Amino acid sequence: MAAMAFMHYLPNGKVCTIPVMKPAPLDILPATSVAHALSLLGEHGDQARLIAGGQSLMPILAMRLAAPAILIDINGIADLRGIRLEADGSVLIGALTRHRDLERSPLLAERLPLIAAAMPWIAHVQIRNRGTLGGSLSHADPAAELPALCIALCATIELHSPRGVRQIAADDFFQGVFATARADDELLTAVRVPATTPAQRWAFIELARRHGDFALCGIALTADCSPTGAVTQARIVVFGVSDCPRRLPHLESAIVGSAPSPASIDQAMQSLDTVEARSDHHASSEYRLELLATLARRALRQAFGFDERTAP
Amino acid sequence: MNAPDRAGLGNAFEAAATGTLSGAPIERVEDERFLTGAGRFTDDVRFEGMGHAAILRSTHAHARIRRIDCTAARALPGVMLVATAADIAQANKPIPIRLAPLPGLDRFLQPTIAADEVRYVGEPVAIVVASSRYVAEDALDLIEVDYDEGPAVASITQSASNATLVHAAVGTNVATQYPVERGDVDRAFAGAPYTRRERFRCHRHTGAPMETRGLVAEWNGSLMRVWGATKVPFFNRGLLASFFDLPETAVDMIETDIGGGFGIRGEFYPEDFLVPWASMQLGRPVKWIEDRREHLMAANHARETECELEIAMNLDGTIRGLRGRVMADLGAYVRTGGGVAVSRLAQYLPGPYRISDFGCEVMALVTNKTPVGTMRGPGRYEANYFRERLLDLACGDLGLDPVAVREMNLIARHEMPWPIGRLVPTEGEGAYDVGDFHSGLHKALSAIGYDRLPRDGALIDGWLHGVGVACFVESSGGGKSENARIVARTDGSFDIYSGVSTMGQGHETVFAQIAGDELGAPISAFRVHHGSTAHVDYGWGTFHSRAIVVGGSAVKLAAAQMREQLDALAAAGHRGPPAEDIEVKLRYDTKGPTYSYGTHVAHVAVDPETARVKVLAYVALEDVGRVMNPLLAHGQAVGGAVQGIGATFLDELRYDENAQLLSGSYADYLMATSTEAPAVQAVLLEESPSPSNPLGAKGAGEGGIVATAGALANAVGNALAAWRLPLTSLPLSLDNLARALREARSAAAVPGQDH
Repeated sequence: MAAMAFMHYLPNGKVCTIPVMKPAPLDILPATSVAHALSLLGEHGDQARLIAGGQSLMPILAMRLAAPAILIDINGIADLRGIRLEADGSVLIGALTRHRDLERSPLLAERLPLIAAAMPWIAHVQIRNRGTLGGSLSHADPAAELPALCIALCATIELHSPRGVRQIAADDFFQGVFATARADDELLTAVRVPATTPAQRWAFIELARRHGDFALCGIALTADCSPTGAVTQARIVVFGVSDCPRRLPHLESAIVGSAPSPASIDQAMQSLDTVEARSDHHASSEYRLELLATLARRALRQAFGFDERTAP
Repeated sequence: MNAPDRAGLGNAFEAAATGTLSGAPIERVEDERFLTGAGRFTDDVRFEGMGHAAILRSTHAHARIRRIDCTAARALPGVMLVATAADIAQANKPIPIRLAPLPGLDRFLQPTIAADEVRYVGEPVAIVVASSRYVAEDALDLIEVDYDEGPAVASITQSASNATLVHAAVGTNVATQYPVERGDVDRAFAGAPYTRRERFRCHRHTGAPMETRGLVAEWNGSLMRVWGATKVPFFNRGLLASFFDLPETAVDMIETDIGGGFGIRGEFYPEDFLVPWASMQLGRPVKWIEDRREHLMAANHARETECELEIAMNLDGTIRGLRGRVMADLGAYVRTGGGVAVSRLAQYLPGPYRISDFGCEVMALVTNKTPVGTMRGPGRYEANYFRERLLDLACGDLGLDPVAVREMNLIARHEMPWPIGRLVPTEGEGAYDVGDFHSGLHKALSAIGYDRLPRDGALIDGWLHGVGVACFVESSGGGKSENARIVARTDGSFDIYSGVSTMGQGHETVFAQIAGDELGAPISAFRVHHGSTAHVDYGWGTFHSRAIVVGGSAVKLAAAQMREQLDALAAAGHRGPPAEDIEVKLRYDTKGPTYSYGTHVAHVAVDPETARVKVLAYVALEDVGRVMNPLLAHGQAVGGAVQGIGATFLDELRYDENAQLLSGSYADYLMATSTEAPAVQAVLLEESPSPSNPLGAKGAGEGGIVATAGALANAVGNALAAWRLPLTSLPLSLDNLARALREARSAAAVPGQDH
């Protein structure tokens, strides 16, 4: 929850403090299946909000920043939970899979070590016990880790609606602060991460004011390499800096084509993309941009085994 | 003690290891009920038919109230009462000052509810009582307040200009202004070979105890009972009784278990009147539990101060004099202890050093922000930061070793008592009574292994290392007197009643240790009752680290009298427990405050590219005179240090330029958690017992926090010595430190990235 979530911004541009901390009256409707959830969504329209782990929505309700009349509780939809290896080597993760399950999954540790490495950075154990993958992606906090991971891993996001099922690339899903490509009548049901090669390089790095706080800046990156070590494709994603996770295409291009060295990484950093950084009372935009340059360089060094440092 | 034949104690007596309880690391007897969920906190107090209160608070920093429409709120099912200033009318009186009534402050007292003007975000505007807190908050949403918003004063600078007045009728924003001086400061500065003047700033933050404020009030037609009292229940009883024109005996303040206080909880706030008043109107019990949002905007804030400080030194590091000006932001009103911190700040600016010539102009100003009160180590945290940081900056200028300069200037043991003059206008002359400040410094350095630590910007694995030192002295044990009552029961057990309430320190254990030594009985023979107005005739409360010093001394002397009575019984041939209850009542008067002192040393590593600081080692040393229970005393010191380390890097109550609070949730107001708490080593000395009380004890609750900002700022400054950062402003947040580095890099051709 970034600071903005707890402040009312008035039409005159001023900030207003919120007076209460108990949710307004609401009804909770348990959904028993995806079809049921979709029908409830259709029935209640914008009066309703979906709730899974509740780690972002509950504070919003308590502060009455949102006052939906109805919560559709999807926690009981067993089909939406679990991690599965598909025949093509891709990994399918149900939207209701808790952060803690991602963190502890042997399959992810083996197949997608980037996810396993990043999970401990997400909030605290108590929150990870409840928070869900689908909830984090749908909420789309600019500083959240999972959206960035999905982009770095080239994941696709599966959405169900009365119109059917559609798949959307994570690259196209996140559109701004708390804004995604999900339509109001859609339910995010799963994330599919394509097979990765054992030679894939990766790094995850973030800096927050305290462990578990929202990142002021973070980097998730993957790089595919040829047998000679040359980078064939890179996905470098920054989060916490602008309105949603962003790839750094110029930096990606600069690192592709040869086997990186500390010197070539420093050289590539000259091509670091221009990013619009936000400013709040935790970090100015200048500081976020400084962190972006430092952490992107460190992430590259880490991915290719040149970093002697232990933490950001 | 050697009285094997003494009467009165039954089996308990045989089990006693006499004279050995005080000083022993005895686990708290309170812990079992806390750890098993059997504690009874304010929210655990429930009554049939109880109403739940919620407070409508101003959303504006400064506005006139044109009109309040409660019609819709009153019509909501479940709502029992909606009241504004118009309903409370004559009973709405200003809340008086309890401590530090500095000249002029009483012009700015806070009413219990805003009548026609609101002066800070969070000021009570209406109270609702309903069948549940949920319904009460629904009703808050239905109250329409028509505000006429005016300009707000958001900073000390803005306030000092008097361009916009917080209280128009008073005609100034300067709540108090006075000079203090000892010696001849102008003479000390005249011809000084070196002077340095800096403008410092300490940031606004607060105690934020785990349990927020809360009250349950029940009026039964003749008696007002209030649960949730803490800190100063007797003073608050007198105040509440006066609001209702009741005799004090018609009000009972009852302590429950408490989740921390840190000085901010337990003062008399607007809600301490509004909730009992609502109970009286309704003739039913009313509960109000402050939520965290309210807590951050309505409970006392603390610490926000600016200070211009100038030091005069000889080139060898001898301090010639210190002078400056302190300006404190009191918020919108002067609350019960609003003047304490700024007056103590000025008093402790010279600290433990031989500074005979000192002068300070003290100013306290009102702004459109939440009013301030005392927080753990009021004025000391700030003063020690300003002075200790300035000392290190001067050492940097003169090329002197910071430790050597401190050694040179600390007041020596043989110079005690050392007169500190009259630096607080509401008090007389004072003097540091006893102490070996040098020993404290040396033992703190030794504890952290100072000689072997990498420092001065030593680069290890990308991190720059630094060590910082800060010395302090502080008073404690105020509140002149305390009552104790001990009853020997016919079953051989004892009840101890004390006038000091608890903030969770462990009174039940320590008072039993103290009495146990006098009476030759084990801890299990005692039941300790504290804090409620029914227990003793009067109590002065818990603040200024006075519980053991004053309350413990009262218990000791009462227990000694009890022992005489039991010895007399034994001499008359009586064996076993007394045939009927024996009661001893006693009032103990202190001879004056105690002076604890010590040194903090911090070892940090700083990443110059990200501005991240790791606290690698921290020593908080304090001479507390006598350690009654090392487990508890260490807990106090470590907890204080962690709170101070958090405050120095994280805690900050921020306002925007319209005086809107930006840090009203725990997502925005960050405190140290277990992941930020370094391994703090607490060292407690007993080299200089206090001559002021029979225990020899000195306050031990605040020494852990008071030098944290000074030691940490010096450590970070030492790590980043290459950039010569002033670090004259708190907090040392990532953003602030990154900005300081950025400015230093652009101002000078000092290498940065290649460091």
